[in-house]
Amino acid sequence: MAERAAGRRTGLGWLWLPLGLCALFLYLPILVLVAMSFNGGGSAYTWDGFSLRWYGELARDSDLIQAVVTSLGIAAGATAIATVLGTLLAVGLARHTRSKLLEAASMAPAILPDLVLAIGLLAFFYAAGISKSALTVLLAHAAFGTAFVVAVVRARLAGSDAALEEASRDLGAGAFSTFVLVTLPSIAPAVVAGALLVFTLSLDEFVIAYFTAGPTTRTLPITVYSMLRTGITPEINALATVLVLISVVVVVVAARAMRRQEKS
Amino acid sequence: MSTRSYGGLATRLRRGVEPAVLLGPGLLFYAVFVAIPVGLVTGYMFARRGRFGGVEWELGFDNFARVTDSVYLEVFRESLGLAFLATAIALLIGYPTAYAIAKLPPRWRTVALVLVVVPFWTNFLIRVYAWIVLLNSQGVLNDVLVGLGIVDERFTMLYTPGAVVVGLVYSYLPLMILPLYAAIEKVDDELLEASTDLGAGRIRTFLGVQLPLTLPGVVTGSILVFVPSLGNFVVPELLGGGKTVMVGNLIRDQFLKAQDWPFGSVLAMMVVVLLVLLFLGQAWVTRRVEGGARG
Amino acid sequence: MTTPLLEVREVSRSFGNVRALDAVSLTIAENEFFALLGPSGCGKTTLLRSIAGFEHPDDGAVLLGGADLLALPPNKRPVNLMFQSYALFPHLSVASNIAYGLKRERLPKAEVAQRVAEVLETVGLQTMAERRPAQLSGGQRQRVALARAIVKRPRLLLLDEPLSALDRKVRAEMQLELKRLQHEVGITFVVVTHDQEEAMSMADRIAVLAEGRVQQVASPLELYRHPANLFVADFIGTSNLLAGPADGERLMVRPEDVRLVGPGEGKLAGTVVDTQFQGGTSTVAVQVPQLDKPFLVTEPGATEAVRGKAVGLAWDHAVVVREGLT
Repeated sequence: MAERAAGRRTGLGWLWLPLGLCALFLYLPILVLVAMSFNGGGSAYTWDGFSLRWYGELARDSDLIQAVVTSLGIAAGATAIATVLGTLLAVGLARHTRSKLLEAASMAPAILPDLVLAIGLLAFFYAAGISKSALTVLLAHAAFGTAFVVAVVRARLAGSDAALEEASRDLGAGAFSTFVLVTLPSIAPAVVAGALLVFTLSLDEFVIAYFTAGPTTRTLPITVYSMLRTGITPEINALATVLVLISVVVVVVAARAMRRQEKS
Repeated sequence: MSTRSYGGLATRLRRGVEPAVLLGPGLLFYAVFVAIPVGLVTGYMFARRGRFGGVEWELGFDNFARVTDSVYLEVFRESLGLAFLATAIALLIGYPTAYAIAKLPPRWRTVALVLVVVPFWTNFLIRVYAWIVLLNSQGVLNDVLVGLGIVDERFTMLYTPGAVVVGLVYSYLPLMILPLYAAIEKVDDELLEASTDLGAGRIRTFLGVQLPLTLPGVVTGSILVFVPSLGNFVVPELLGGGKTVMVGNLIRDQFLKAQDWPFGSVLAMMVVVLLVLLFLGQAWVTRRVEGGARG
Repeated sequence: MTTPLLEVREVSRSFGNVRALDAVSLTIAENEFFALLGPSGCGKTTLLRSIAGFEHPDDGAVLLGGADLLALPPNKRPVNLMFQSYALFPHLSVASNIAYGLKRERLPKAEVAQRVAEVLETVGLQTMAERRPAQLSGGQRQRVALARAIVKRPRLLLLDEPLSALDRKVRAEMQLELKRLQHEVGITFVVVTHDQEEAMSMADRIAVLAEGRVQQVASPLELYRHPANLFVADFIGTSNLLAGPADGERLMVRPEDVRLVGPGEGKLAGTVVDTQFQGGTSTVAVQVPQLDKPFLVTEPGATEAVRGKAVGLAWDHAVVVREGLT
């Protein structure tokens, strides 16, 4: 008997072509970046032998290291604020209101173009007489980070009903205890996911930081931006490679964690 | 939340504490750091540029008139065109890719989605830089093209509108693929089988059933690519070399260089209005496709 | 002897180690209301989908009016399938859903419109033509799915568990509806179901399947009165099973064939443990020492038996059935 396709889904057939081209499109630039980070010569384009010197330069670049520290600090602070506010907000939205307007408003910062938020905050800090610094960037990131936490936690709560919490109250627990002992554990994975999301977004965020940073505040993206504007050396390639590696690790770990979550 | 409340004021106050504690801090934070900023920008639209920068609160509509200046209209036209082109290309690449991923066996689907997301989690600026390297006249792409004999000599790919479009597509392609994948995956296989059973060939089934049912995903993906592309200033600056000016660059310049905040506010608000219109359009499409559930 | 409309010959299909269909053979006549009946996993749905074209047998042949059906792709077979979930296109109106299949036949617009209108009247949904599936009730959606398949006038209409998604009262109405429709439009219906009551009330003939093999093909009455083996006897209707005359055999007595008599009379004696009044009949459960399960007796009207009463069981008609599956 001739071979027949098994099951409901047939093979990909011609779809392999666009899939392959897309993969090429997405990864070719990155591969070239990584390859050129080992370039012996000073050009970012022409190959001149294998060398690790740019990684050395990277390690010695104190400005860059300072920028990384600044970024990490801002990200940590923004994540802390965003996670707390966002979680509370998401629970409040899920259990205490049916207003679609309120729900939309809670996620507005994530939907607005970052440029609009950036100029708004620039105007705000100017009008309020608050001088720009790392703190202003932190608050700005916290604002739009909260929206993402709300989105993630809200999605998790959408499926569940209030039965568990009602049972807790019925058994005698007060509102606060119920929140800590029942609600939080059930949304914990979403809260963690949201926190990681905000942290990553903050580290990576350029536009809002660019507008709200003080003259001496240099986050990592801002530093990279000025490096790109001034002189292009393979040091940037080395930095890029390191960042790509970190991204890969983070995404793979997150995917594994999510898959383990789904299985349990 | 219209439950009849028994008990007196004290009970009602007590019952109101929980929502207040939950919703209060977040909404307050938003009010200060989102609502007020956006409100300020909205207000600036009607104000006037101060003599030494800053803002003077004289109510006027000059800024709106200035927008219709041919110079700015040209920028708008080009921005919309480039953003639209980037969106169309992203859709053309993204739909078959998402469709292919949806047809992979489950385990490979996760791998594929991870692979799609990884470049996206790499720093945005780095990704733009990658194309600066690739498209440079001394760069790899030129080498390859010359080597393969497709072109006779190196040519300038960088600092062209084309480079800007490529940069935009590259930056936001994953945002097109993910919602498309979600929409394609959601289509009940049985609907496609029913179409086949009723006599439709593969192309007809795609056009008549699959495409209409994935239309909300197409719209979502398109918005997720179009809006950031429109408001982008990094890509036009780095890949367009300042020769291609988009709305994003205009806005940035008004706020950081020309210090004409009121005018910049009008430009920014136009983007926001466009965004709102697109969202309303998306809601309309979704409702049409899902056909209004029983009330 | 006229050629049967559908001939299934030795069709087999395996999924990995599981043999979903094992050399299944049966024939279906023109204009019949045929049912494929069996528990889940017996292969009935696989067989149905094989006829429709969405499953591909490893072995065997399927002939429709004498021609090889398996050689045709599903969209070219003169066979239509009504899905268990109805699979109505959510983005199209009722009328457009129904017209979908007709449009594929490239008929003139006027004819399409006329046939759609006709079939809407046949199923009683004339007023719903412009509604969307999401706005209809379960019973209405089913009728649209039916209309969509019937309007193409297929030679064979396959229905996958057509009544399973409906609530009880609607289900009873739809059983009559389906029978009426089948007579009115004169199409051969093949229904897949796990509900033996459904199959018994609607079908002219039933094929009982278990573990991928046909156990018996017969009319409902024949299946009820003369089941081929223990499985069929137990699956169809309620039965009381006693030890049989020989090894590998059992004696089956239907509850309505049993009379309650005095404790000393009859073939068995026991104590009443439960009585249920169901309106037209009563079911009496009698605990008999030799049996693990209570012996069930159906009496017309209200029974006089009460819990604890000692009774005897007598019957005239019993059937010997083979143990084991075909």
